[in-house]
Amino acid sequence: MPPQHGARRTITLAVNGRAVEVRVTASRTLLEVLREDLGLTGTKYGCDLGECGACTVLVDDEPRLACLQLAVEADGHRLTTVEGLAVDGTPHPLQAAFVALGAAQCGFCTSGMLMTAKALLDAVPDPSHEAVCEALAGNLCRCTGYVKIIEAVRLAAADARVPGRPEPAEVAR
Amino acid sequence: MSTPLAVIGQRLPKIDAWSKVTGTARYADDLPLAGALCGRLLRSPHAHARILGIDTTAAASLPGVAAVITGRDLPIPYGILPISQDEHGLAPDKARFVGDPVAAVAASDDATAERALALIRVDYEPLPAYLTVEGTLGDVAEPIHALRRPGNIHKAVALAFGDVSAGLAAADLVQSDHFFYAGNTHAALELHAVVAVSDPAGHLTLWSSTQTPHYVQRALARALDLPASRIRVVAPALGGGFGGKTETLPHEVAAAKLALITGRPVKIRLTREEVFYSHRGRHPMHIALTTGVKRDGTITAMHLSTVLDGGAYASYGVASMYYSGALQTVTYRVPAYRFDGARVYTNKPPCGPKRGHGTPQPRFALEVQLDKIAETLAMDPAELRLRNLVNEHSVTVNHLRITSCGLRGCIERVVEASGFSNKHRRLPAGRGVGLACSSYLCGAGLPIYWNGLPHSTVHVHADRTGTVIVQCGATDIGQGSDSMLAYVTAEVLGLDPADVRLVTADTALAAVDLGSYSSRVTFMAGNAAMQAAERLRDLVLGAVAATTGLDHAHLALRGGRVVRTDHAGDVMPWAEAVAVTEARGTPASASGTYAPPPLAGPYKGAGVGPSPAYSYSACVVEVDVDDETGQVRPAEVWLAHDGGRALNPTLFEGQIEGGVYMGLGEALMEEQRFRGALHTGPSLLDYKTPMSVDMPVIHPIIVERIDPEGPFGAKEVGQGPLLPVPPALANAVYDAVGVRIDEVPITPDKVLRALRQRARGGAPRFGPKGHPPITYPVVVSVDPPAGAPGT
Repeated sequence: MPPQHGARRTITLAVNGRAVEVRVTASRTLLEVLREDLGLTGTKYGCDLGECGACTVLVDDEPRLACLQLAVEADGHRLTTVEGLAVDGTPHPLQAAFVALGAAQCGFCTSGMLMTAKALLDAVPDPSHEAVCEALAGNLCRCTGYVKIIEAVRLAAADARVPGRPEPAEVAR
Repeated sequence: MSTPLAVIGQRLPKIDAWSKVTGTARYADDLPLAGALCGRLLRSPHAHARILGIDTTAAASLPGVAAVITGRDLPIPYGILPISQDEHGLAPDKARFVGDPVAAVAASDDATAERALALIRVDYEPLPAYLTVEGTLGDVAEPIHALRRPGNIHKAVALAFGDVSAGLAAADLVQSDHFFYAGNTHAALELHAVVAVSDPAGHLTLWSSTQTPHYVQRALARALDLPASRIRVVAPALGGGFGGKTETLPHEVAAAKLALITGRPVKIRLTREEVFYSHRGRHPMHIALTTGVKRDGTITAMHLSTVLDGGAYASYGVASMYYSGALQTVTYRVPAYRFDGARVYTNKPPCGPKRGHGTPQPRFALEVQLDKIAETLAMDPAELRLRNLVNEHSVTVNHLRITSCGLRGCIERVVEASGFSNKHRRLPAGRGVGLACSSYLCGAGLPIYWNGLPHSTVHVHADRTGTVIVQCGATDIGQGSDSMLAYVTAEVLGLDPADVRLVTADTALAAVDLGSYSSRVTFMAGNAAMQAAERLRDLVLGAVAATTGLDHAHLALRGGRVVRTDHAGDVMPWAEAVAVTEARGTPASASGTYAPPPLAGPYKGAGVGPSPAYSYSACVVEVDVDDETGQVRPAEVWLAHDGGRALNPTLFEGQIEGGVYMGLGEALMEEQRFRGALHTGPSLLDYKTPMSVDMPVIHPIIVERIDPEGPFGAKEVGQGPLLPVPPALANAVYDAVGVRIDEVPITPDKVLRALRQRARGGAPRFGPKGHPPITYPVVVSVDPPAGAPGT
């Protein structure tokens, strides 16, 4: 039986560039905090077991499964969710590419796909088809056969406007 | 249509695409609900057990628990098909599979609800469990349902069209095979979720992840004994369906009942494990198939027998069974056809419709068998199929009307694009190509419940601001049906799709549409939307003509304006034209409906199979097979699909790619597997689905055979492209390593066993050796219609 009303503690998260304080029990997952406490429902609950990738968020720029991470572990860390992907109202090139190519069908995997892909593009500006497939291997999609998702990630990579992208020389070191 | 199309045929974004890439689309689980109770279901740990009593006292008195209900609270049975109303929201007397819900709680939070479940005491008397088809035939001590038939046979049928014996006797080659197609499940990424709210005025509202709000409304009215007019069912954004959300499920009934009892919102979200047990997916199917052909490949007769392992409840099962026998004749000219079908109950999660509903299994059998026949006749597999193509605007031996058919083009395009003729039997050992074809419905010709009403109704309203609102009950499950409605309306009214606002998937605010199943939405809701928009266009242009004195016949709507077609001339903007209409005292509103023409043949069971049109597909799969590990890796897939006009080529391709993906999953790995009555791995880790790294290169090929009755000539693309993939893959495996795997999924162990068997001098084959020992009913002979093949 899971602990019901265990001791709560206050944690501080930097969510999409804004600091928030949340009171949580030790057993509360980051996914529950994002969806239920902060109302950020763009991050999806698909299995609660780390199997589908729909809850992928960035913790300090690394893709993490929010359903497997306890909220207390994220205390003091930077989080980026799909709601924080656009910068100052400008969509991220990944979002624009997903729209243009029809990469979102039902859309339930989309947030997780976008966050995983953002982490990839931040690290590898021009990934090969294989590198994209490899990066997305932990994100399941039942609609698209992954085809247009992979195309969209590569289209976004070709878009010079990827914000915060390191210079190629930096990556090639 | 003389003017070029402005919206139809363009690669436009889906109208909801931005909401999905920004995380703002609200799915049922995302709805904000202050004060909602958390509902949970208690499920049977027994495969088959009588419920002697349920003690809910301890659970009900737990602090935080608002209500506990059992089957006693939901005594009225329901079911999606009128002929098989065998379900209850909660099982009242017997549990029929592990996972069958027997009680439900609503509590302040999830943890309390879970503790309450643990406090419910159910007194079960275990009964013999029937877990296999073989074990459920003949006399059984405790039938799963009270039936008039022996054993646990839910439904059985035998139909003959034309003289099958004579046809087989006239054949130069008679090929008989046994096949097995394992059950698999939808595994939509979104878990089923529902929020039920009952207000003091006596209205009940459900926001539910369902493909069929109208059917949920109907079933709830029955199960809860409420007027349907008091029940509103809304489907918010849906995270995939594939058939898994096409009927009322127990959690929806339970949430509604709990909301009525407590007067508070109740939310139930199933766990991933519960979704695997709720199932309603692909039936495991045993298939015996005999086909006779002349030396030149012409089919003379066909005899198909199927047995479907239905699981514990009826679901759509009677339709699934009939579908297994319906569509063979829609692909190829079959002059004499016999179909024996049966569905049996077993104590396992209920099967139902999954993408392709009842037809991928016999399609696998037929297309693999044709590959064998082609080899025996030393004929190219594509040529064999081309020689047997159905004719356009013809009727089949089992009374199905065919209109447009682009299958010839599909075959020619995939053969050419893949280089099939140069590869088949010519690739190095371990690499192979296979070909298969198929056809599918564009909507069921008859509704689920008998009625003479429209299958889809669309209202279009405009006002002086230029706003256009389309109201239709159709449900976008991710396939883009909302976008389709916007495209069709915008095309007719000369607007941008973004100018069209949609009210869909809501039984209170939108007109009845039967739902997203049987690939019916584009054809039926699309036609209704087109008619509504055309009526509104005529109304508005008529008002403009009357007001301006211009000739109505020379007015058109284009680019957001009323324009003259007799010579260049701009009359007024759309919004002004609507204002002109309103000024004449006429609301700028119009409605359209669609009902298929009467299509059912003159026999019992003829209601399953007719459709106003059929789509066609041809597929070539190229594979690598490792003869040491048995591993099959698809390298490349070409799939050409005739879906009539591609209303949006991007979305059309997306459906092909998704269908190929799901077909490969079924062909290679997906299986609802049970150890006894327990699912061996009810999780997305153990239930294998293809990942991004597993996917081959897919070449979607659009073949547009314009259909005379489809909206702008469109047919369907949501389900058809899955169908030829498993047999094309099996045929490719044979081409690669020379063994026949007559069973899906084609897992490495099966390939290895066939290879080893061949090495020992045995048959180069893995698959069933016989058919379950079932006695089909006395065959009913039906005269083929005049003009059918063979008549």
